[in-house]
Amino acid sequence: MGNVVELDVEDQIEVREGVDRETIETVQAMAGKYKHGWETEIETEYAPKGLNEDIVRLISDKNGEPEWMLEWRLAAYRRWLTMEEPRWAMLNYPEIDYQDQYYYAKPKSMGAKPKSLDEVDPKLLATYEKLGIPLKEQMLLAGVEGADEPRKVAVDAVFDSVSVGTTFKEELKKAGVIFCAISEAIREYPELVKKYLGSVVPQSDNFFATLNSAVFSDGSFVYIPEGVRCPMELSTYFRINAENTGQFERTLIVAEKGSYVSYLEGCTAPKRDTHQLHAAVVEIVILEDAEVKYSTVQNWYPGDEEGKGGIYNFVTKRADCRGARSKVMWTQVETGSAITWKYPSCILRGDDSQGEFYSIAIANNAQQADTGTKMIHLGKNTKSRIVSKGISAGRAQNTYRGLVTMHPKATNSRNYTQCDSLLIGDKCGAHTVPYIEVKNNSSRVEHEATTSKVDDDQLFYCRSRGMDEEEAVALVVNGFCKEVLQALPMEFAMEAQSLVAISLEGSVG
Amino acid sequence: MLEIKNLHVKLEEDDKVILKGVDLTVEAGKVHAIMGPNGSGKSTLSYVLSGRDGYEVTDGSATLDGEELLDMEPEERAAAGLFLAFQYPVEIPGVGNMTFLRTAVNAQRKARGEEEMSAGEFLKVVREKAKQLKIDAEMMKRPVNVGFSGGEKKRNEILQMAMLEPKMCILDETDSGLDVDAMKLVADGVNALRDEGRAFLVITHYQRLLDHIKPDVVHIMADGRIVKTGGPELALEVEHNGYAGILAEVL
Repeated sequence: MGNVVELDVEDQIEVREGVDRETIETVQAMAGKYKHGWETEIETEYAPKGLNEDIVRLISDKNGEPEWMLEWRLAAYRRWLTMEEPRWAMLNYPEIDYQDQYYYAKPKSMGAKPKSLDEVDPKLLATYEKLGIPLKEQMLLAGVEGADEPRKVAVDAVFDSVSVGTTFKEELKKAGVIFCAISEAIREYPELVKKYLGSVVPQSDNFFATLNSAVFSDGSFVYIPEGVRCPMELSTYFRINAENTGQFERTLIVAEKGSYVSYLEGCTAPKRDTHQLHAAVVEIVILEDAEVKYSTVQNWYPGDEEGKGGIYNFVTKRADCRGARSKVMWTQVETGSAITWKYPSCILRGDDSQGEFYSIAIANNAQQADTGTKMIHLGKNTKSRIVSKGISAGRAQNTYRGLVTMHPKATNSRNYTQCDSLLIGDKCGAHTVPYIEVKNNSSRVEHEATTSKVDDDQLFYCRSRGMDEEEAVALVVNGFCKEVLQALPMEFAMEAQSLVAISLEGSVG
Repeated sequence: MLEIKNLHVKLEEDDKVILKGVDLTVEAGKVHAIMGPNGSGKSTLSYVLSGRDGYEVTDGSATLDGEELLDMEPEERAAAGLFLAFQYPVEIPGVGNMTFLRTAVNAQRKARGEEEMSAGEFLKVVREKAKQLKIDAEMMKRPVNVGFSGGEKKRNEILQMAMLEPKMCILDETDSGLDVDAMKLVADGVNALRDEGRAFLVITHYQRLLDHIKPDVVHIMADGRIVKTGGPELALEVEHNGYAGILAEVL
C-alpha cells in the first residue's frame, strides 16, 4: 500500500506598503556591485558558430579524444536533436537560438598544451590572480579569527572551454588522488572515465545535460581511492571570458569505499550586454562509507538592473550514494546569473546513506531563480535533509522546487525539509513548490516553510543601536542565512558572506 | 541635556495628531519619569526622539546637548548618545546576541571616529556587565531576543545600554511584563548606570518601578501634552488616586 502526496504550494506574497525606500535602494546598490565584470583581452580561437556533428567532432578532436568518446558525444548529439527544451520552470526568457552560439573557445596561447604552470600565458595567470584564485601552489590564508592554520586548496582553473592548469597535482598523486582536467582524464584514465561517465547523469537525462554530453569541452575529474581522506580541499574555478560563447563543463567525482573529499566550485564572467549560455553537468559517485562535500558559490554575471545581459545557467548536478552508509552534502550559494535552473540531487541508493542540501539563492533586479533539490530514497534507513533560504529583491522571482521520493523499498527513511523565503521590497516574488511522494508506510517526511520580509522593526532596532542601514540589512540577512553559511568551508563562507553583503563582525561568543 | 520644545507630531498614515506641544527639559545627572494613561502619547514621544519611521513632526524641536535630534538618522542619534530601551524588544533570528552587541558597539565607535573594540577586550567587558544583570554565556549565544522570556528581554536591553554607555537613556515601559524579582534586577542595572553625566527618562504607567528607580522629577502626560510636573510625591498621588483625579484637576 502506498500513498502519494503531491503538494503544489504557491505563495506569491505582496509585500505591504511602507518598506523603506532607502532599504530597497541600499540592497539594490549592494547587489549591483558586480566585482568580476571585467574582461581579459586575450586572443581567442573559436570553433565556427553553431552546432552540428562537425562541431562535436572538432571538440573531440581538439581534446585528442579516443574514438569511444567521440561516439558517446555523437550519440548524445543525435538524441538532443529529438528533445525539447523544458519550459516547466517558473522562468521567463526569450527563446535561445542554439545556432547563434560558439561551442568552443580557447585562448590561442593554450594551443600547444603548457607542460607546467610556468608556461601558462601570463595574461591567464593575471586573470586568476585578479579573481583571487591561487594558481601558484601557495598556502591559502583563511584570514578568519580563530583560523590559525594556513590551509592548502588545490585548484583546477577552467577558462572558457579549456582547463588552464591544476595545482598541487604531485602532492595529491602521492596520496593516490587524481585531480585533473577531464580532457586529460579521458586520455590518461580512460577505464575510470568509461566506467563512471554518464552513470549518474545519463546522456539522455534532460535537454541541457544531453547538450552538455555532446559538446562539453573541459571540466574537472576527481578520483579518491579506497580509504583515502583527500589531504586538501579541491576546487575548480570556472571563468567565461569569450563573448557569445557557451560554457559546457563536465565534472566527474568518484569517491571509492571509505574515502572523503571536500570540493569547491566558483564561477564568474565579464559583464556583457548579451546573454550567455552555461549548461554544466556534475556527476558524483559515492561508494560504501565514503563522503563527499560539494560546495558552490555561483557568481556568474547576473545582468544589469534592466535585465540586459547575464548568464543563463542550466545545470544538472547529481550525486549517487551507491554504497551503504555513503554520504553527500551539497551546499550552494547562488547569487549570480540572469536565469538559474539548477537542482542538485541525491540518489540515496545504498542502505543507511545520507543526503543533505543547503542552499542560499539570492535574486535581485530582473534575476530569476528556479532552484532546489531532489532526494530520491531507494535504500533502507536513508536520511535526507533540505535547508533552503531564498532571498528576493527588486523585481526578481525566486522559486524553490523540490522533490522528495520514498520508494517502496526505502523503509524507515526520513526527510526533513525547511524552506524559508525572505522578501525585500514589494515587487519581487517567492514561490515554493515541494513535491513529496511516499510509497511505503514506515518512512517519515517533514516539510516546513516560511515566508517573511525584511522587517522595518528589525531594521529600526538595529539602527537605534548605531548600525547604519546597510549594516542592519546585512545583519538581518546574515541571520536568515546562518544555517547554510555554517555548512560552507571557511574560505567559501567568507566569500559568500561578502557576496551576501554581510559583515562578519566575528561572533565572539 | 535633552530639551524638547513645543513638539507636535502626527501619524504619517492617517494624519492623526498624537503630540500636541510637548515641552520638557531633562538635565544631566537627573532621572525624570513620565506617567500617563494609555494613549497619552508616551511611547510616541520615545519613538519620535529615537527616529522611528511613520511619524511626522509638524512643529517644535528636540535637542541633545544643543544638537537637533530630529534632523538625524536613528544611527546618528545613537552615536550622539541617545538610547531607547524598547517596550517590545525586537527578535532577530539567526543573529547571535553577542554578535549583535559587538556590531552595535563598533558601529557607534566608528561613527565617533574611535577605534573598534578588540574581540578580547569586548568579551571581557561584556562578561562583567552581563554578570551584574544575571545574563549567562548561553543567553549571549542565543539569537537576539528569540525565545527570551519577558524578563530576559528587558535585562538584555539594559545590558545593551550598559555596553553602549549613552548620555541620554529613555526607558519605555521597561517594567511591563516583569515580576517583582525581575524588576528589581532591571532597576539595579539602571541604578548602577546613574551618573552625573547621564540622564534618564523613564516612561511608565505605574508607580512601582519608581520605588526602585527613584526619580528627581515626575511628569504627567495626557492627550499629547505634559499636564503636570512635580517631585516623586506626584507618582504616589497617581498610585493612590489614579489619573482621573489629577486630570480632572488640570483640565
